[in-house]
Amino acid sequence: MSIFEYNGSAVVAMVGKNCFAIASDRRLGVNLQTIATDFQRIHKIHPKLYIGLSGLATDVQTLSQKLAFRHKLYVLREERDMRPETFASLVSALLYEKRFGPYLCMPVIAGLGDDNVPFICTMDCLGAKELAKDFVVSGTASESLYGACESMFKADMEPDELFETISQALLASVDRDCLSGWGGHVLLVTPTEVHEKTLKGRMD
Amino acid sequence: MSTPEVGVPRKGGFNFDLCRRNEMLFSKGIKPPSFLKTGTTIVGLVFKDGVVLGADTRATEGPIVADKNCEKIHYMAPNIYCCGAGTAADTEAVTDMISSQLQMHRYATGRESRVVTSLTLLKSHLFSYQGHVSAALVLGGVDVTGPHLHTIYPHGSTDTLPYATMGSGSLAAMAVFESKYKEGLTREEGIELVAEAICSGIFNDLGSGSNVDVCVITKGKTEYLRSHQLPNPRTYVSSKGYTFSKGLTEVLSTKITPLKQKQADTVPEGGDFMEE
Repeated sequence: MSIFEYNGSAVVAMVGKNCFAIASDRRLGVNLQTIATDFQRIHKIHPKLYIGLSGLATDVQTLSQKLAFRHKLYVLREERDMRPETFASLVSALLYEKRFGPYLCMPVIAGLGDDNVPFICTMDCLGAKELAKDFVVSGTASESLYGACESMFKADMEPDELFETISQALLASVDRDCLSGWGGHVLLVTPTEVHEKTLKGRMD
Repeated sequence: MSTPEVGVPRKGGFNFDLCRRNEMLFSKGIKPPSFLKTGTTIVGLVFKDGVVLGADTRATEGPIVADKNCEKIHYMAPNIYCCGAGTAADTEAVTDMISSQLQMHRYATGRESRVVTSLTLLKSHLFSYQGHVSAALVLGGVDVTGPHLHTIYPHGSTDTLPYATMGSGSLAAMAVFESKYKEGLTREEGIELVAEAICSGIFNDLGSGSNVDVCVITKGKTEYLRSHQLPNPRTYVSSKGYTFSKGLTEVLSTKITPLKQKQADTVPEGGDFMEE
């Protein structure tokens, strides 16, 4: 068993027209036993920037706290929020510092930059950045998510359509993965609003 | 300040805090994670008045293609570029780090960076980590002493060559170079040969794929030809795609938070005097 399969996870982010969505499953398990069905893998950095962390839950929480702390220091020093590109570099540096004893989780970063240009990116657990224009996936359901997103994604979707697409891609994928599921959590960010939704999913 | 800021990383260097915990996990039969690799074809050659570098654009994680169009030709200095193969995080970090050292060196000396300088910095870093930083590099550039091409192995050994290949597709690419390379190639011939070598890697090595990136460096000029060739376009795009009707997904709860709009700087009444 790989260490990423210990808790189970599915995280995905998609880009739409001047907006983005990031979604995750809600299961926290220990191998095949489910411990919680309301686990948070997506963390807010600021209202237009989110990070989803798949992998080992203990490191997910440690890392998200470290990142929130580093962002607060940045805001105090710079008196502005971090740009998504800057934040991705910060995460990458934080992960690569532990090159020989890594945090066992993989981040998905999604944010709206200046002029509301969406930015998404994912990394491996050493901090190798992978920038994408369409969608990024991570977690134990990543293989099925690749398939679902590859066929369902369309360029320049409006917020409503983007929400349906990312939700359907997530729900379809976690149904083919034993280790993730139990509903979903979707954040849809437009220049004016943040929609936070929980999805109904299979509970088996 | 005497006490270091809490939680802020020390100045450079690796941190081994989690090694013991991870070792414990892995000793209990849990498999260690797989990393993003660039199972790559990277090449370079010297032509009449410069250097051509080439790379494919596939990144893999085990058998999965993680990125279909990644960048493997890294910036070192305006006149020096470096292709990277191996663990993606290592090639990225090592080239970024050395390129910033070169920038600092240029600020101090006010002169163009030399290829040997970056070669020495790279190899001494890699050698000090005894191959654990797994970056295999093809370094090319033109400086005051002319065009140079080097390969650097993860353990820190280096070669100086007129044509070089690295990565899992290196044999396929070298086959092309060995049969067609000659001295005194023109710019166009050089680019063409590099593209052919990369294509050989793309089609014959499963770790390499997608597009051809090329970088041409000549005296005083650098051209980065991203996606120089696209031999593998997407063929399975549906013309209509899936359409999901609104409200199809069952939602348990919704929370809508309006975002504060950025306030425009208020102009004092009567306008700015300097504004004309």
